[in-house]
Amino acid sequence: MGMVISPYLTLAAILFCIGLYGALSKKSAIVVLLSIELMLNAANLNLVAFAKLGVNPSLTGQIFSLFTITVAAAEAAVGIAILILLFRNKGTADVVQMDTMKQ
Amino acid sequence: MLSSIGDFLSNGSNIAFFIFALFAIGGAVFMISFTRVVHMVTALTFTFLSLAGLFVLLQAEFVAFVQVLIYAGAITILMIFGIMMTRHDNEEEQPIRPAHNVWLGIGCVGLFAVLFYAIQHSDFTPGTFDPGMDNTLAIGTLLYNQYVILFELMSVLLTVAFIGAVIIAKREED
Repeated sequence: MGMVISPYLTLAAILFCIGLYGALSKKSAIVVLLSIELMLNAANLNLVAFAKLGVNPSLTGQIFSLFTITVAAAEAAVGIAILILLFRNKGTADVVQMDTMKQ
Repeated sequence: MLSSIGDFLSNGSNIAFFIFALFAIGGAVFMISFTRVVHMVTALTFTFLSLAGLFVLLQAEFVAFVQVLIYAGAITILMIFGIMMTRHDNEEEQPIRPAHNVWLGIGCVGLFAVLFYAIQHSDFTPGTFDPGMDNTLAIGTLLYNQYVILFELMSVLLTVAFIGAVIIAKREED
C-alpha cells in the first residue's frame, strides 16, 4: 500500500485558497496577517509532502520548509510591530483606513 | 465508489490523514466565519496543530515539532499580544463591499479549480524515501554541512527582524 501525494496537494490547495480569501476580504489587520501565515503553512505542507512522496524524495524539502518557517516568524514579528505603530499613530487597526499612500 | 472509500479507510495512516485534514480545513473555515478576533486565532491554532500531525505522518518529525513550537506557540501568542496592544473593538463588522467579496470568492474557487485540475492530471510517481534512523540528526548534519551559509543567513535575518521590530514598536518619547 503506497501513499499517494495528491490528497496532500489538494489539502494544501484548499488551505491556500481559504487563506487567500481571508487575506483579501477581512478588515482587521491581525486577521490578514493570520491568513498570510495560513498560506505560508499550506506551502510548507507541499514542501514536506514532496520531500517524502515526490519524484526525487530527500530531506532538502524539510530543510527548505524550516527556512520558510523562520521567514514567516520574522515576517509576523515585523508585521505586528508595524501594526502597533500604525495603531498608535492612527488609532485604528482597520486595513480599509490604512490608505495614506492613496491620497 | 463506496468500496474505494472502504479501502481508503482500511489503512490506519489514511484514517489519521482524514482526521487531521478535517481538523485543518475546519479550523481554517472557522477562522473565516468567526466574528471575534480571539476566536479566529484559536481556530487557526487548531489548523496549525493538525498540520503538525500531518508532518508526523509524512515522517518529518523535526518539522512537526518546529511547527508546534513556532506556529502554535510563538506566532499565536504574538497575534494575541497584537490584539491586546491594538485594542480592537473585537468585532468584525459586516463587510461594506459585498460585491468585492463575491468576486473574491469566485476568484478563490476558480484558483482552487485550476489547482485541483492540475493536481489530478499530473503524474507523480513517488520515489523511495529513506527517512534514516534519526530525522533530527539527519537534518542537523545537512544543515551544518551543505546548507551552513543559508543557516547563517537565516540567523542574520532573524536578528535584523527582531531588532527592527523592537525599534519600530518603541515609543517615540523614550
